[in-house]
Amino acid sequence: MGILEDHRRFKDIIRGRIKQDFKKYVTHGEMIGKRENDYVKIPVPQIETPRFKYGKKQSGGVGQGEGQPGDSVDGEKQPGQGEAGDSPGQHVLEVDVTLDELADILGEQLELPKIEPRGNKNVETLQNRYTGRGPVGPDSLRNFKESYKEALKRQLAAGTYNPDDPIVIPIRRDIRYRTPKTSVKPQANAVVIYMMDVSGSMGDEQKEIVRLESFWINTWLKKNYKGLETRFIIHDAAAKEVDEKTFFSTSESGGTLISSAYKLCKKIIEEEYPVNDWNIYPFHFSDGDNWSGEDTRLCVKMLTEFFLPKVNQFGYGQVESKYGSGQFLKDLEKSFSSDERLVISRIENKDRILNSIKDFLGKGR
Amino acid sequence: MANLTPELEAERVRIEKIAHDVGLDFFETIFELVTYKELNMIASYGGFPVRYPHWRFGMDYEQISKGYEYGLSKIYELVINNDPCYAYLMEGNEFIDQKLVMAHVYGHCDFFKNNQWFSQTNRKMMDEMANHATRVRRYIDRYGQENVENFIDVILSLENLIDRHAPYSKSKIEETKSRPPYRANAPGRLSVHRDYMESFINPPEYLRAEAERASQEQSFEQNHFPPKPVRDVLQFLMEYAPLQPWQQDIISIIREEAYYFAPQGMTKIMNEGWASYWHSKLMTEKIMDDSEIIDFADRHSGTMAMDPMGFNPYKIGIELFRDIEQRWNKGQFGKEWNECADLAEKKNWDRKSGLGREKIFEIRRNYNDVTFVDEFLTEDFCVKNRMFVYKFNKRTGQYEVDTRNFPMIKKQLLFQLTNFGQPIINVVDANFNNRGELLLVHMFEGVEMQPDYMRATMQNLYRVWGRPVNVATVLDKDRYIVHFDGKDFKNVLFETQKKEDLPTGSDQN
Repeated sequence: MGILEDHRRFKDIIRGRIKQDFKKYVTHGEMIGKRENDYVKIPVPQIETPRFKYGKKQSGGVGQGEGQPGDSVDGEKQPGQGEAGDSPGQHVLEVDVTLDELADILGEQLELPKIEPRGNKNVETLQNRYTGRGPVGPDSLRNFKESYKEALKRQLAAGTYNPDDPIVIPIRRDIRYRTPKTSVKPQANAVVIYMMDVSGSMGDEQKEIVRLESFWINTWLKKNYKGLETRFIIHDAAAKEVDEKTFFSTSESGGTLISSAYKLCKKIIEEEYPVNDWNIYPFHFSDGDNWSGEDTRLCVKMLTEFFLPKVNQFGYGQVESKYGSGQFLKDLEKSFSSDERLVISRIENKDRILNSIKDFLGKGR
Repeated sequence: MANLTPELEAERVRIEKIAHDVGLDFFETIFELVTYKELNMIASYGGFPVRYPHWRFGMDYEQISKGYEYGLSKIYELVINNDPCYAYLMEGNEFIDQKLVMAHVYGHCDFFKNNQWFSQTNRKMMDEMANHATRVRRYIDRYGQENVENFIDVILSLENLIDRHAPYSKSKIEETKSRPPYRANAPGRLSVHRDYMESFINPPEYLRAEAERASQEQSFEQNHFPPKPVRDVLQFLMEYAPLQPWQQDIISIIREEAYYFAPQGMTKIMNEGWASYWHSKLMTEKIMDDSEIIDFADRHSGTMAMDPMGFNPYKIGIELFRDIEQRWNKGQFGKEWNECADLAEKKNWDRKSGLGREKIFEIRRNYNDVTFVDEFLTEDFCVKNRMFVYKFNKRTGQYEVDTRNFPMIKKQLLFQLTNFGQPIINVVDANFNNRGELLLVHMFEGVEMQPDYMRATMQNLYRVWGRPVNVATVLDKDRYIVHFDGKDFKNVLFETQKKEDLPTGSDQN
């Protein structure tokens, strides 16, 4: 069919356009906002065919319904269209791209290595689903459609079926039942635990960076593992687990004790994620300020003794802010200069996000 | 015959007979029963089973398929103007749907066959489209997919620059073939039957002024190419732009398809109104039995629904046809009716003329949307259908009801319909500034073009013409010539004394 060819061609073109402007997409948060389950809506420039045409806002139109002059017409507001741009080639079309495709593009652009899962590679669960069909079973599992099909077959074979008077009566041996079939279902076997400093020194811009980073990290890990769980921990002087929405919208003002978050993270791992079965990815984002050198030493100790031996990789991203000293990163570098399992990345501004993602995911762990 | 089930085929024969008996006159109509996937494919190809390869169809396919799979939209009827007509029924639709679609389709087929605006379309377009596909595939094999596809992209963005009225005007066709020599003798002289009137009818100063005007015109025509503004920009480019033969052929393919689809755009309201009028009439009076009436009403009201900002051609069309039928049945037309000022009398006006049916058949033969609305949209109709004009209010950032004034509604509607609500653009000079630059003139009608789209389209024009491209238009209420030299855009304020050099080209329809 020709249309499949055309459809594939369309997809190729979209991919090409996304690749071209990949950096822009990575640093722009707007498309993450338009995420729906497995799809992201991406505004792709230069796809819609340009024409000589009237500006919509100037021309107006004819409508039908109630309303006095001056009443607003309920209709699409066309968000995102904004004012007519004055640079050439502004015409933009939104297309749906699956997260899977997006991960492919990310992988290709950053030349990310495939992750080698460790431990028990494929944790799978067996599940029974009633998709089979059999001649015996309880009445509550009778499959009417199949039973009537059997009856029709039998009547056709016996020559008792009359098309002008199509009455089909199943007898005992026509009855079919739903039977259980065992299917193998991959179980979530990777978990990402995000920790973020929400003390006063982390501003909106810093949080936006964390949001973008976490989106891309999730996208990539989801591609590599059959199931992915995400957990979120926020901390100032004390830590607590929250849901995703709260994670990105909370602002506290207290001091900063990084060890509080590490302790909570450790507790979650110990209680819920046995290290033999799970690939564990903790990521910690902060501006690098910690309350005391004492607390930093405690963190280093926990990293060496607990985290590094147990997790696939521990990521620390330091988001530069006007207020942070950035001391924590220096301390970590001093203690773990050569350990591959701890990845440290410095994110000065939005433009550095792409490099930072490469830092985090480029090891293939 | 096609692959209809015996039940559907029996129903089809019955409906065809009914449609024929009420006076509908159509080509043989072939219904195909297709799955939703096939229907989506055919719909993205504009109703045809085969089109030339292009990603745009793939894009439409994705949108249509998603719309269907998410339950947002459903294609009910798809019929193409061809002899025989082809129409598609979707497998798994309810029986009542299939009957409704068939009745609707016979309305369309009648319209295709009899409306004069379709008289020039190729009735073997199905074959022609397949030939186009073969030709484009051959070019792809020879010149590479990227090359051919990019060129198609460029031409598609100029697709709307055709002269929709050209197929109906013999003089225009001949004009392009050979231009009559310029008549030099006594320009503007009016004919005089009595000699003594000569100096009154043709006073010397009038003759002098005419002669001057004519010589100016003549020198313009002799020194300019094209001598007269050309509306069919695609044809102009095909003939005069520096192109390879395969590129010219691509233009001819896209141009031919644009001309084929043009009448469907020109008669959208009428065509859908006509088909809806007949499906509603035939279904309720002849085809259905009582048990189906609720389902029918549900489907019918679904297609007739109108949201405040949207403009539903089905609804306006069917209502206009019904309004006209009623008016002509009661004799509510002509001098007497127009001059009657007594509201009570008008309300009860019934001359029992019974001309309604005859009138709507006449209309379906001779009118297009512009003339249809111009002649038959009445103030009563606008009030009854609660129509209004909406405008964008910059202050509030919203679209707002602007007015319910009848002349304004009619003006706005006609504006939307004229040239499909697209700007009218002519090639005026192919040697602008004596540098081989192309000059297009936008005939300004009070609405400015969207600047970003205009610039992107100019870039495409440049790729065809190969020399700088200029568009004379209005930006922010000032006349400008927008100049594109392949790299940069420059807006030159239009100097008033040069106006005479640039005829805006009068619209001939």
